[in-house]
Amino acid sequence: MKWLRNLDSLVAVLTLLPSVILLAIFVYGFIGQTIQTSLTNWGKDPAQALAINPVLQFVGLENYKELFSGFIHGRFRQDLVNNLFFTVFFVGGCLLVGLSLAIILDRGPKGEGFFRTVFLFPMSLSFIVTGTIWRWMLQPAGGVNQLPAAVGLPEGHFAWLTSRQQVLQFDWNHLPLFTAWLIGLILLWIGISALRNAQARRGWIAVGSAALLIGWAIFIGPRVQLLPFPEIHGFNLAFIGIIIAAIWQMSGYTMALYLAGLRGVPEELREAARVDGASEVQLYRHIIFPMLAPITLSAMIILGHISLKIFDLIWAMTGVDNAPTEVPALLMYVTTFRSNKIADGAAIATILLLLVALVIVPYLYSQLKSEVRR
Amino acid sequence: MRKWLLALAATALGSVSLAQGKLEIFSWWAGDEGPALQALLDLYKKKYPNVEVVNATVTGGSGVNARAVLKTRMLGGDPPDSFQVHAGQELIGTWVVAGRMEDLTSLYKSEGWMTRFPKGLIDLLSYNGGIWSVPVNIHRSNVMWYNPAKLREWGVTPPKTWTEFLSTCATLKSKGVEAPLALGEAWTQQHLWESVALGVLGPDNWAALWSGKLKFNDPKAIAVWDTFGKVLDCANKDASGLSWQQATDRVVQGQSAFNIMGDWAAGYMATTLKLKPGEGFGWAPSPSTSGTFMMLSDSFGLPKGVKNRTNVINWLKLLGSKEGQDTFNPLKGSIAARTDSDLSKYNAYLQSAAKDWKSNKIVGSLVHGAVAPESFSSQFGTVMEIYLSSKNAKAAANAAQAIADQVRLGR
Repeated sequence: MKWLRNLDSLVAVLTLLPSVILLAIFVYGFIGQTIQTSLTNWGKDPAQALAINPVLQFVGLENYKELFSGFIHGRFRQDLVNNLFFTVFFVGGCLLVGLSLAIILDRGPKGEGFFRTVFLFPMSLSFIVTGTIWRWMLQPAGGVNQLPAAVGLPEGHFAWLTSRQQVLQFDWNHLPLFTAWLIGLILLWIGISALRNAQARRGWIAVGSAALLIGWAIFIGPRVQLLPFPEIHGFNLAFIGIIIAAIWQMSGYTMALYLAGLRGVPEELREAARVDGASEVQLYRHIIFPMLAPITLSAMIILGHISLKIFDLIWAMTGVDNAPTEVPALLMYVTTFRSNKIADGAAIATILLLLVALVIVPYLYSQLKSEVRR
Repeated sequence: MRKWLLALAATALGSVSLAQGKLEIFSWWAGDEGPALQALLDLYKKKYPNVEVVNATVTGGSGVNARAVLKTRMLGGDPPDSFQVHAGQELIGTWVVAGRMEDLTSLYKSEGWMTRFPKGLIDLLSYNGGIWSVPVNIHRSNVMWYNPAKLREWGVTPPKTWTEFLSTCATLKSKGVEAPLALGEAWTQQHLWESVALGVLGPDNWAALWSGKLKFNDPKAIAVWDTFGKVLDCANKDASGLSWQQATDRVVQGQSAFNIMGDWAAGYMATTLKLKPGEGFGWAPSPSTSGTFMMLSDSFGLPKGVKNRTNVINWLKLLGSKEGQDTFNPLKGSIAARTDSDLSKYNAYLQSAAKDWKSNKIVGSLVHGAVAPESFSSQFGTVMEIYLSSKNAKAAANAAQAIADQVRLGR
């Protein structure tokens, strides 16, 4: 019998082996190679960039340092800021629209199935198609801007995709300061809630590190200069059009997630709340929304990693060369395949990978932990 | 595997052309430009019937997609037999410095091309004592297009200098023309910049900029950005949403007075819009650049280690021949690089361009790859972005110089 079990596990290993090997080479091997490339000077010297056997030198984290504080890499920093703003507005917008649609549909209007299909439909299109359609509609002299004219109002003049105006501006030099404040406050919150739950050791460590960070932010932070000159970044208004298109595409999917969650709330619970005299608003606020929290988290993870990797939508809507609406993924393409700066491109790709990992890994970790517990 | 498949396909089609191997031509000529390439390939086929010609076209304007595909093929050890590339530094700074191309000087000598192509052009194709590609056509970059009827209506004439341009612009604005200059997406803005720079610097300083003798942060070069900023104030604000054709359309429809674009715009207006050169649309050298011809050119070279070397040499000979150039160019809407081409085959605009080509001073275009390597020209977008977002001429100039140092421009 023991022999059989071994055969079983042998078969299992043999079955899994090909995919494990393929994954190891084509996913993790290539990630490793990209990281390795990002630590070299490949592309700095044009004579070596595309040579048959390029001579490469190890330069450590030089490329990363250049990207974050180098004189000619301001475009990368603006792209990073663009991507973060895009992520916030896109994820927030999708959650809001998705939840509203789900609540409306959950109340069982006539033709629910029809509307469900209509709202979910945009997801069946690729971002390239969505982008092309919305680019037509947001043309400066056409589409949406001409809508008011149809009912006799003056035409709109908003430069949907071509505006160069920025709002929410800040100086890149203040980035460490803001980061220190943000992480400090989060740690403080973690620490206090741990103390409240009587986890003294954990709580004091968190509060201590928070105090260190906030102290740094108050006393040293304001004097830190990443760059020898002020560099202003902000949210480009030209992104509004792109965000609308992206929300249009993904909010149906968010709606589907929420609708499943709403349908999972037991009817008895609602009735019990109503019997206890809860109004509809109270019902949603205290009973249903807390139960939707895990779904919100999943939706945020899924939407968040989509928006950090966004490439094709922007390519279709404003093109690869339009700096005001550029994101790091596009810059990576341009840097690697047009400027032949292969190491810089690899560094940008690695930063993108880290950003996505920042979103995904804690989620996977918590999932894994709960699975083990089960 | 591919070879085997092709052989199988050839046998299946009953082809008997097995004797001379094949020739793979890699280009981005599709759509409107496809017929011109096809005419060349047909001519080659007629001369060498036993060679199987493979047309490997990757679509996408001015080679944006093709260049990325070419890079992956070259790095992957599968170079095409001959590939299209903008003549000059785009080839030299990318592939020649990397040791990937063969010197064609002996071909130039044996075919007598040293005297058939203008000296300014051969200088642009030369590096380190070699000549590196065979140009098949010439386009002009510094052209200002206008609508003669509208200019008469507004009572203005095409400006000859940038100063005159700015005053004409003020006049037009006072007459209610919102944007006297029509401008399009990112690369057309850089295209405008190079015409402004050529006008402000003059041909000698423009050339000095690319040989590294004049620095980008020299006061003379910084002045370019100041003029450029003023010229931009005359342009439409929705530029980044327009293709170059849409920008040209604004001039044709009379919304704008001028457009600075290469002479493929003549092809667009004459062929697609069916306007008569000289009546439906007019042209002049872009302001302050009269007597200078800013050129760009498509060319083919000989990569090292190709499988069908003889076939490629025959192809290059055809490209450089009078017959080849006069077959290709009237269809493409460009002029021949050779100075002895048969002008009766070309339309009115092209004839005037060919006349200038023979008599003007020749300089190379930045945006279209003649004077700067890809590693510089593709990062020039960053420089442009620094200027557009800060309107700080000095910061843009310093960034340009930093990139020039990094890519060893002129060395």
